[in-house]
Amino acid sequence: MPVRPPAAQMPDPPAADRWAGVPDIRRRMARQPWLVWCCLGVLGLMALVAVFADLLAPMHYAHQDLAQRLKPPSFLGGPSGNLLGTDQLGRDVLSRLIYSIRISISLALAGTLIASCLGTVLGFVAASLRGLAEDVIMMLVDFQGSVPFLIIALAVLAFLGNSLVLFVLLIGLHGWETYARLSRGLVLSAQERGYVVAARTLGAGPFRVYGRHVLPNVVSALVVQLTLNFPETILLETALSFLGLGIQPPLTSLGLMLGSARNYLAVAWWMAVFPGMAIFMTTLSMSVVGDWLRDRLDPTIRK
Amino acid sequence: MTLRFMSQRVLRALVTVWLVVTFTFVILRVTGDPADTLLPDDTPPEVVAHYRRAWGLDKPLYEQYLLYFKSVAQGDLGRSFRDNREAVEVMLERIPATLRLGGSALGLALVSGILLGTIAALHRNSALDRLTMAFAVFGYSMPNFFLGILLIFLFAMKLRILPSAGSETLAHMVMPLATLATAHAAGIARFSRSAMLEVLNEPYIRTARAKGVPYKRRLLRHALPNAMIPIMTIAGLKVGHLIGGAIIIETVFAWPGVGRLLVMSVASRDLAVVQAIVLMLSGSMIAANLTVDLLYGWVDPRIRLSRAEGDR
Amino acid sequence: MLQPRGGDAVTTDAAATTAAESPLLEVRELVRHFRGKRRRPFGRPTVVRAVDGVSLSLAPGETLGLVGESGCGKSTVGKVILDILPPTAGRVLYRGRDTGALARAELRRRVQMIFQDPLGALDPRMRIGDQVAEPLAIFGVGTPAERRQAAAEMLERMGLKRHMVARYPHELSGGQQQRVVIARALMLKPELVVCDEPISALDVSIKAQVINLLSRLQGQLGLAYLFISHDLSAVRHICHRIAVMYLGRVVETAPREELFARPLHPYTRALISAVPVPDPSVRRRRIILNGEPPSPIDPPNGCRFHPRCPSARAICADAAPSVRTAESGHTVICHFPGDA
Repeated sequence: MPVRPPAAQMPDPPAADRWAGVPDIRRRMARQPWLVWCCLGVLGLMALVAVFADLLAPMHYAHQDLAQRLKPPSFLGGPSGNLLGTDQLGRDVLSRLIYSIRISISLALAGTLIASCLGTVLGFVAASLRGLAEDVIMMLVDFQGSVPFLIIALAVLAFLGNSLVLFVLLIGLHGWETYARLSRGLVLSAQERGYVVAARTLGAGPFRVYGRHVLPNVVSALVVQLTLNFPETILLETALSFLGLGIQPPLTSLGLMLGSARNYLAVAWWMAVFPGMAIFMTTLSMSVVGDWLRDRLDPTIRK
Repeated sequence: MTLRFMSQRVLRALVTVWLVVTFTFVILRVTGDPADTLLPDDTPPEVVAHYRRAWGLDKPLYEQYLLYFKSVAQGDLGRSFRDNREAVEVMLERIPATLRLGGSALGLALVSGILLGTIAALHRNSALDRLTMAFAVFGYSMPNFFLGILLIFLFAMKLRILPSAGSETLAHMVMPLATLATAHAAGIARFSRSAMLEVLNEPYIRTARAKGVPYKRRLLRHALPNAMIPIMTIAGLKVGHLIGGAIIIETVFAWPGVGRLLVMSVASRDLAVVQAIVLMLSGSMIAANLTVDLLYGWVDPRIRLSRAEGDR
Repeated sequence: MLQPRGGDAVTTDAAATTAAESPLLEVRELVRHFRGKRRRPFGRPTVVRAVDGVSLSLAPGETLGLVGESGCGKSTVGKVILDILPPTAGRVLYRGRDTGALARAELRRRVQMIFQDPLGALDPRMRIGDQVAEPLAIFGVGTPAERRQAAAEMLERMGLKRHMVARYPHELSGGQQQRVVIARALMLKPELVVCDEPISALDVSIKAQVINLLSRLQGQLGLAYLFISHDLSAVRHICHRIAVMYLGRVVETAPREELFARPLHPYTRALISAVPVPDPSVRRRRIILNGEPPSPIDPPNGCRFHPRCPSARAICADAAPSVRTAESGHTVICHFPGDA
């Protein structure tokens, strides 16, 4: 443990009935690398686009204009009304891109939230109940972890059809086992910690012990896992949509745009590049932010 | 490696296999009568009757369940819609192509990933390190289907030096291989770097240096083998992602492997083939994980000689 | 290596008068076994006999030392007394009532614990003030402002500055952290504090400060301590009576000076002979015990100490000795107590 100067040498901060000495948030924020700021900016932009899609898109994403098929972006000589060109049915690429961002991001967000809540709760349950409950849950975790989720998803989609609800649920099941494994491990080690035992000797009931002591010390690791999981979820949804098995027309998704763009690659590369870049920028930014968060929040976690 | 350790791992693998088979059984029964789902509409009635008997469709559910295990073991999984052949047969003939692609991708990813990661670790915090790690982050954030499309656009359409579909020549393999290996290599590179860094900071490396052991020997005899243990386990665990990637890449490049077959079968609801592939892929994954587990236990003397329980 | 200092020495007459009153804490034939994992798939699971028949009593305001080597079960005794672990057999009576029957809240307000690892016992993400005030929050005592005030006052009583309430545990030194742990334990005004190796993890110069603090608090607040330690010199400084444990059993109990002047059990004598004396002219004759400390999974037959005992005879391997009581509350379990 590093040597600290004895209390007597520390200057007395101004007395108050609230605790003094809250670290200066602003100063801390300025010290972060500019790359992280860029990525946070990108993510913020995506979020804004997703929320304000209706206001931002010049036209409806399914609006077809067969006279304007496969036109290049306006900055490359195409029609001025289509900033990013049109696709094979004359639909405006920019509008489709905006709505696709909304759909893909919402799906990935919903999926991540479902998986993280489900997994974390199950992990907590496994660690606190032990015994049969733990064995069953860990068996399910092993099962989910040993088969690539894409295969499970494909099987389910093949047999049970293609409804949107099913698709969302499927996305939500992606990755719950990593959260479960993680939270179980964290809770198990937290239970052994001195301060948890101490809290029990002080008379704290289980709610207080878990809520005030275990959970806050566990949350940071879970948040890091979230940032690592989110890109995977986006990739899963876009991959399935790309294969034609996810989001179906008339709805649109970044993967779906890429999927249909594949056939027109030679004549209309913009149909593929813009949605692809959107996916790539989002996953990249999230990964960078996730790495940075992990380094900052908990240096003891290694992957 | 203790018997206890091995038997525990094998038991876990068997339980997982059992769960997978049960899962497919449930899904199959949920979607209707298997005789309808797994057999083409124009199957002659006596063939249908034969299958109904073999799968015990007139018997109570638990008997069907047991019979299902038997039929899985025998490869009796229905017939493909499209050409009315045994689903298993249709699947088996596609496996070599996937193995060719997947196996080479795994090898390439391992070699390049470990190389890059080690170089980055040895030149820690230098420009080389940052560049390599930036490449790694790019690599695994990039959606593989997008990368494939970009490569097709660049090399097949604009430069016209590589073919974009099929698998006849070696040139056909270049782009799919590159796409598939990239994401995998990126992940391995990152992990190799951190594993190497951990090992390089261990006291025994510093001791070796103090003893005067030359740099290359230190690296090759002491650092690398110890770093290999965690790297190998991670590489093994990521085979699952490789399979997932192969499914997509095969579709993008029209590579005639099992992955493409799976996607086509899902799209056309050729459920017999889907069932066969899912079972086969899951089974191979579980076997691969088990092998890695056992290998890990054998290679790492700490686990081999320890009498303690496994990671539970 | 603490020497009793004039102003801080513990007086023994306080203990003598309170011994006549009913005991605050009574432990009767306490047994605590742990089930281990199975060695073979169908064999019997291993049983760790951590505590195998311990009896103690503690009077109000008294300090009972519980000493022994690592693994003898003394920490487990503390945990069972606190009701963190249930007993496998035997009883723990607090003011005559079984602790299992008491409401948890009531037990917690009377009996508290301080720990060996002070940093580990503090939540790394909570401020000191919040942690010290937490016992009050748990039992809903006072308003948040009152709780903060009480916490600040308690910290001052421990010799810490008021502004420490805003700090985090890792910003404090070891001695400061332990004072915080003590402050937190005293918030509910307990009558008994179980001290589980409270100074083992501290620097030598800080040990003395914490011991003296505990001593002072005992005088001011009338606390009783169960002082669990393997450090005999610290125990000598603060305890009225001392119980010596070996392999899950108490082998000797005596008032402090009596124990050091006339140790009856061979193990006690070996322990005392090992305590360093800061006087080069004094020649000590150290009694070195043979062999390894045995495991509590498979304790020896007869007297548990016989494999290592310098004065073991044939009977020691066959029959477990019974309790012998000498005058002035000196008890010992040995076939040949007092053997030279």
